[in-house]
Amino acid sequence: MSRSYVPRNGSYVAGISRSRDARVTAGLAALAFIATLIGGALLGLGVEGAGNIAGALAAFDPYLVRVARFTLWQAALSTLLSVLPALFVARALARHPRFPGRGFILQLFAVPLALPAIVAALGVLALYGRAGYFGGLLSSLGGGQWPGIYGLSGILVAHVFFNLPLATRLFLEALQAIPGDQWRLASQLGMSNVAAFRFLEWPALRQALPGVAGLVFMLCVTSFTIVLTLGGGPAASTLEVAIYQALRFDFDPARAVALTLLQVALTAAVVAFLARLGADMTGDASLPVAPRRFITSSAAGTALDGMVILLALAFVAGPMLATVAAGLRADLLRLAGEEAVRRATLTSVVLALLSALLAAVLSLSLAMGRRALMLERRRRPVLEFLTGSGTSFVLVIPPIVIGAGWFLLLRHLSDVFAIAPVMVVTVNAVMAMPFALRAVQPAYDAASERHERLCAQLGISGWTRLSLVDWPGLRRPLATAFAFAMALSLGDLGVIALFGSDTVQTLPYLLLARMGSYRTEDAAGLALLLGVVCLALVLVADRLGRRGKEA
Amino acid sequence: MSEARTARGAAVQLETVTFGYGEVGFSFDVTFAAGKITAVMGPSGSGKSTLLNLVAGFETPASGRVRIGGKDVTEAPPAARPVSMVFQENNLFAHLTVEQNVGLGRSPSLRLSSGDRADIAAALARTGLAGKEGRLPRELSGGERQRVALSRVLVRRQPVLLLDEPFASLGPSLRTDMLDLLCALHAEQGMTVLFVTHQPADAKRVADDVVFLENGRVAVAGPASKFFDGSGPEAFQRYIGADSDRSQDFARKRT
Repeated sequence: MSRSYVPRNGSYVAGISRSRDARVTAGLAALAFIATLIGGALLGLGVEGAGNIAGALAAFDPYLVRVARFTLWQAALSTLLSVLPALFVARALARHPRFPGRGFILQLFAVPLALPAIVAALGVLALYGRAGYFGGLLSSLGGGQWPGIYGLSGILVAHVFFNLPLATRLFLEALQAIPGDQWRLASQLGMSNVAAFRFLEWPALRQALPGVAGLVFMLCVTSFTIVLTLGGGPAASTLEVAIYQALRFDFDPARAVALTLLQVALTAAVVAFLARLGADMTGDASLPVAPRRFITSSAAGTALDGMVILLALAFVAGPMLATVAAGLRADLLRLAGEEAVRRATLTSVVLALLSALLAAVLSLSLAMGRRALMLERRRRPVLEFLTGSGTSFVLVIPPIVIGAGWFLLLRHLSDVFAIAPVMVVTVNAVMAMPFALRAVQPAYDAASERHERLCAQLGISGWTRLSLVDWPGLRRPLATAFAFAMALSLGDLGVIALFGSDTVQTLPYLLLARMGSYRTEDAAGLALLLGVVCLALVLVADRLGRRGKEA
Repeated sequence: MSEARTARGAAVQLETVTFGYGEVGFSFDVTFAAGKITAVMGPSGSGKSTLLNLVAGFETPASGRVRIGGKDVTEAPPAARPVSMVFQENNLFAHLTVEQNVGLGRSPSLRLSSGDRADIAAALARTGLAGKEGRLPRELSGGERQRVALSRVLVRRQPVLLLDEPFASLGPSLRTDMLDLLCALHAEQGMTVLFVTHQPADAKRVADDVVFLENGRVAVAGPASKFFDGSGPEAFQRYIGADSDRSQDFARKRT
């Protein structure tokens, strides 16, 4: 059988060009989906606001100003209390690469990233609340009944619990980026600890500081669950919680519109500021092996560093341990037998699976689209940005805002509570997408770097290419993305708080309901369950991601 | 492989082809004779790889035509051109076996008939890889990997073979072996070979013709004998330098 060298059939030509277009099309479809989700929400807000301009304007009252002021005030305080200590903790950890348990501490500091906010809130309550483990101790210290931790103090403690470890890891990354040769030079020049801090460590930290502080501030401005569960009343309410209350309790759409617009304006301002500082919105530290250090600390310095690390460790580990202890005291067997718990668990798992699947598909489509766009000689910087680093900007639109917009838009058309599953799945998928993209995009780009010309030469395209060439390299990063997105979606209380009802309940929603009806033990048990599942998922994601990097 | 004779070389023609990215401009007007091995030489950045990419279809000319065997392929995508190409590296998919990597040369979706499989086995035997069908690329040496790539060239049986410094990262004696293998395959299949190399010794060993590029243009072209008898064109002499006899012993990395 002889083979002629002319193309075996004409479809080859079309095959190649179609496959190029298909990848771009997939990317554009993903973008369109995200744009629809966000655009629809903004449309809902716009229509509502335009229909009742007077009402929306009237909603800009002293209450709203107070809420906005409190939003900024608690975020600023949280940032200060998280970032400032983190500088010292990071420096202490960087100076003692052989501190006993250092690796364990760093892993523990990654846990809050994986923990659903409502679980952390319960942990804080179990520890510092009026009936908490420290309640008695704090009462006797203060002389009189410990008033509990609801309000600003509770919000601050929880925010610091989340953001101190994050900031520490980011600062540590900056410190470990100082080249080893500079340390060698410093020791040769006979620099003291103080001088080394001034000339080596502080410049590195100062460079990272605006970005880290900006990221933490952003996270605290858009924090919903913590404020809802620990705020404890209208005195400590942020814009997001006020949006939720306006829609779910007062049913005051005009106020909701005013609050949402303010929230959008606020986050936009913060983001514009952050972008100028060059902050990374998806903030996550990857820590290389600690380099050898050449400057030895004095005994006093070492003791001080050790104390700083232990204090931070106690602060971060405390609520986690309290969550476990309180959860184990709950009647877990009875809980597991309850119909409501079972239904909520099933709902949560199904919605999280769908959401994770959607997040994986979205991120893969965006990665393929961006790569295909970049391979074309004609540059399209706007599209490349939108499918690449621009995707992080969806994080600045809080889920509550998207939810509120759709809530307002759809309440005229249908039963808003009926679309709860769709909203939970789509919003959480889009929120997880930037993180998923972080795992998928480098893997896809690397594979394409190696295989692009070979595939073009051999005519491997479309589905064949995806299954034969790309899939083996993408399996791990996609699994990472999937597990992470699932954890994020499982623990979310933003969208479901708006759309949840007796018919559609997720675990966090059920947890909130049990807290509301003072069934604290039930809540603690559910929190333990939720925390363990989310942590396991993130561990899986992390493990897969790491092995993917080694391969 | 009795049907090997059916693959005859086709002339490769670049007709006033211009191409540019950024501030670099290329302009090629050259014909590569059918069935010959032509060494494409020239300093870094002179356009050797670009010329090959234009023939392979990875780049599209701004103007001019690319013809292979007289047929205009200027607009054709890479897979539709009667061309095989071997790169310096990344010729293999790391997660596929040797046999699968070669099989992709027959069917891009790996749907292989028993006849295809026999051809693949024959090609692997021909390149000295018999018994290594099930290995993964990482279990092979650098030289063996390039042999797999050459096996795929054999089963593709295209009339044009483009070699972009395929042996540059191999040691001297291994390189000589590979050049001999290339000559043997060329003798059997008679394809037109465009061979980019930095090594005058390689060119001298295998090439019928030499095309010498400078600043994105063909500076000189002619029979290899004219280049290596010491009376070659001045630009070429300058490029290979006085110590060309010594530099042949180490493999250069592509720059």
